[in-house]
Amino acid sequence: MPKKKILNEIKLSFPSLSENERFSRLAVSGFASQLDPQVDEISDIKTAVSEAVTNCIVHAYKKEIGKIELIARIYEDNVIYIKIKDHGCGIPDIKKAMEPLFTTSPEEERAGLGFAVMESFMDKLRVLSKEGKGTSVIMTKKLRTKLDK
Amino acid sequence: MGLKIYDEVEEKSKLTAFISGEIDHHSAKEIRKEIDINLQKLNPTDLYLDFSKVDFMDSSGIGLVMGRYKLQSERGGKVFIQNPPPLIKKVMLVAGINKLAKIVSIDVPLSQMQKAKESAENSDKPSIHTQADIDVHKNDDDKSNQKTSEEVDGNAEEKNS
Repeated sequence: MPKKKILNEIKLSFPSLSENERFSRLAVSGFASQLDPQVDEISDIKTAVSEAVTNCIVHAYKKEIGKIELIARIYEDNVIYIKIKDHGCGIPDIKKAMEPLFTTSPEEERAGLGFAVMESFMDKLRVLSKEGKGTSVIMTKKLRTKLDK
Repeated sequence: MGLKIYDEVEEKSKLTAFISGEIDHHSAKEIRKEIDINLQKLNPTDLYLDFSKVDFMDSSGIGLVMGRYKLQSERGGKVFIQNPPPLIKKVMLVAGINKLAKIVSIDVPLSQMQKAKESAENSDKPSIHTQADIDVHKNDDDKSNQKTSEEVDGNAEEKNS
């Protein structure tokens, strides 16, 4: 991840309740607002966070309620970093899981597009997972600076 | 409500679901349920999902469209995505859902929009307002037509704490 200076950081921890999907994206959006982002940038970030947190709820903790940890950082040069970590079941085949339209929960009408959306809405996406241990999703996005706007 | 024949020749009927608020995994279940109740009740040829009052959507919204597409396909019907705002449309295009359900821009009568808007303002939570234009041959008594338009606003009184 970026070898830049961390300017600000928040850490959140919450149970994998679907009510927290909205809370988590609003929390990150509130944190990112200090970068004075554009409406489309905030929307991209909210969507990506929502996808990652939903994955924890739907997949990682499929049959239980577990802890989701969220870290958001602001690095210099207007870069936002978001890490979403669970201690759930893990992903046996990350490459497969990241294929668009692949889902293990079709009965819940999951589209299988979570990672595809995260990838296209953020600049970088990294997924680390270990079966039985959990998964971490790390995303970064460089926001347009005031000069760009 | 007035009776409007969508396509007299082919005897088509149309159901429009006005969705408002935020669509995520949490809220999608409720929205899905409401739409499916009306789909089953009215059996329309065309289902229009109006997104004009949706202010957030993740891939759960794509799952919602895909699921309704599947239901409609099984019955020989179609699904249309009506008036999505630019940021919602962006998610749809990334997903390529427009290959299954055509994105259309339609002028919605003010009275219909008002009802959708009111239900959105009453709650942070998503709500649905459905409006049906049902084929005259299937529904020719006034009472049943009146029943086709109804407002469903889940948990309007509740507030997030």
